Amino acid sequence: MSGPDVATFFSPGDFLAILPEMVIAGMACVILMVDLVVPRTKRWVVPALSVLSVAAAAWFSWNLAGSGVSAFSGMFVLDGYAAFFKLIFYIVAVFAVFVSIRYIKTEEIDLGEYYVLMLFSLSGMMIMASGSDLLTIYLGLELASLPVYALVGFLQKSRKSNEAAMKYVILGAFSSAILLYGISLIYGLTGTTQLAAISAALETGAVSGPLFTLAVIMLVAGFGFKVAGFPFHMWAPDAYEGAPTPITAFMAAGPKAAAFAVIMRVFLEGLFPAYDNWQMAIAAVAVGSMVVGNITAIMQTSIKRMLAFSSVGHAGYALLGLVAGSEEGIASVMFYLLVYAFMNLGIFGIIIMMRRDSQSGDQISHYAGLAKSNRLTALAMLVFLFSLAGIPPTAGFVAKFYVFMALIHKGMIGLAVVAALMSAVAAYYYIRIVMLMYMREPEKEFLLASSRGILCVLIIALAAVVALGVYPLTYKPRPARRSAVGQERNEMERWYP
Amino acid sequence: MVPVTWYIALSAVLFMIGAAGVLTRRNVIVILMSIELMLNSVNINFMAFSYLLGDMTGQIFTIFTITVAAAEVAVALGILIALVRSNKTFNVDEIDALKG
Repeated sequence: MSGPDVATFFSPGDFLAILPEMVIAGMACVILMVDLVVPRTKRWVVPALSVLSVAAAAWFSWNLAGSGVSAFSGMFVLDGYAAFFKLIFYIVAVFAVFVSIRYIKTEEIDLGEYYVLMLFSLSGMMIMASGSDLLTIYLGLELASLPVYALVGFLQKSRKSNEAAMKYVILGAFSSAILLYGISLIYGLTGTTQLAAISAALETGAVSGPLFTLAVIMLVAGFGFKVAGFPFHMWAPDAYEGAPTPITAFMAAGPKAAAFAVIMRVFLEGLFPAYDNWQMAIAAVAVGSMVVGNITAIMQTSIKRMLAFSSVGHAGYALLGLVAGSEEGIASVMFYLLVYAFMNLGIFGIIIMMRRDSQSGDQISHYAGLAKSNRLTALAMLVFLFSLAGIPPTAGFVAKFYVFMALIHKGMIGLAVVAALMSAVAAYYYIRIVMLMYMREPEKEFLLASSRGILCVLIIALAAVVALGVYPLTYKPRPARRSAVGQERNEMERWYP
Repeated sequence: MVPVTWYIALSAVLFMIGAAGVLTRRNVIVILMSIELMLNSVNINFMAFSYLLGDMTGQIFTIFTITVAAAEVAVALGILIALVRSNKTFNVDEIDALKG
């Protein structure tokens, strides 16, 4: 097959568009080398370099944001949507590094690979957010997942950690295979893997029938696994419980948000003409996640497991924004994921502080009487728990409110009612912890492993949860659409050095 | 000349065998092999469609799938070695420290 020469496929502008990703992936390799030569007494260099490379990537992303560029023959886009998700990923990555520094010393896993794997996963998430072709999306998805499999099993000597990693990797690979089969069917039916072209092919109405329905179901199942939605959530509690706690925080906020970025782009850009085909399937996953996630969370005794089920429930709420299928729905999910990143990292920051010497802080009962001796920590935990439950004036309330409004404006009152009822159920198990902290007498003295990193994360997360609750973002992003190619190049040149 | 539908049927059968293997087998290694089977059925699908449509995308996708599958198995086997060191078993029914 003869085609245009290489020069028309790649241009310098294309590589400029992926500069943030290249910075992260390149720096990850550099840090791997630096880690070998850094003396034991100067271990702080590795996390510091990691944070710096994220900051550098964020700076490039800031300058590229909203340029609307489509690079690599339409496989990679830089729109406001991608920029917003990358902002979430940067915040999650920096916070995860900060909360890890002391924890990995306590667990004796202070290896440079820890941060390197985190950075590789970050670059994968960024590619997911920008991918506009099923090929780039799949590659980003795997690049984001593979390092996390290894990170979940990073506590090599812990049986639980190994087991969690094994379960995660098997179910992750299984779901990837299902997703890929769905992608191959979509490719066979539409003749393309580009989302815009798929959408165009679907609009002609020539693609339908049982094979297409099967492809859609496989995509829903594959992505359902990645966002841990019911009935594909079974890996989540085990992986969350066994993983090192900072990694639990990272994977609940980062790769999950990335999976949402992809799921919304695929279904609302690529498969939007087939809205009627997938809307019911996604709605079923959303309702199932809310009901099963929230009700199972009530029965948990391990706080990490409880938060795993709560994250299944939160995935259900976020999926409702996708079911709404409107621009408002997209905006509400994006806001939801930003808020979720803050409250999730905040609460995991406190759980990580509870891990010191022989004290594990894994069980909910370990938090009894925390408020008696550590007022401020308990207060911070209270705010994060209220936000997770969706109680005003926290950001969690506003996030849920936006999703409900998006549903109501589309006339889906029933779904909104179910969601509201389930958040009442959720409030029970969140507030139970608040009650334990404030009403019980402590069994023994609390030792908190606070560090500057964790305090920094807690203060920023707390400020964000309260500020976004009082002054919520009202900005509405444009839906993901590419503009004319010529105009994009000019936009690039404006910034090109 | 083999019709394209035969390839698709072969791929569907392979996928089902792989999925059944993942769900019913108890040995971790066999489960990983079954996942490989599923991924290879996807490759057959892509190649068949690529041939049918006269389009290169499917073949390029296949190359990437093979690469990623290799990386995935490398990670999975690495984790498996750590797991067998601490658990001394390949049977998934005996790997049950996490429950609830």
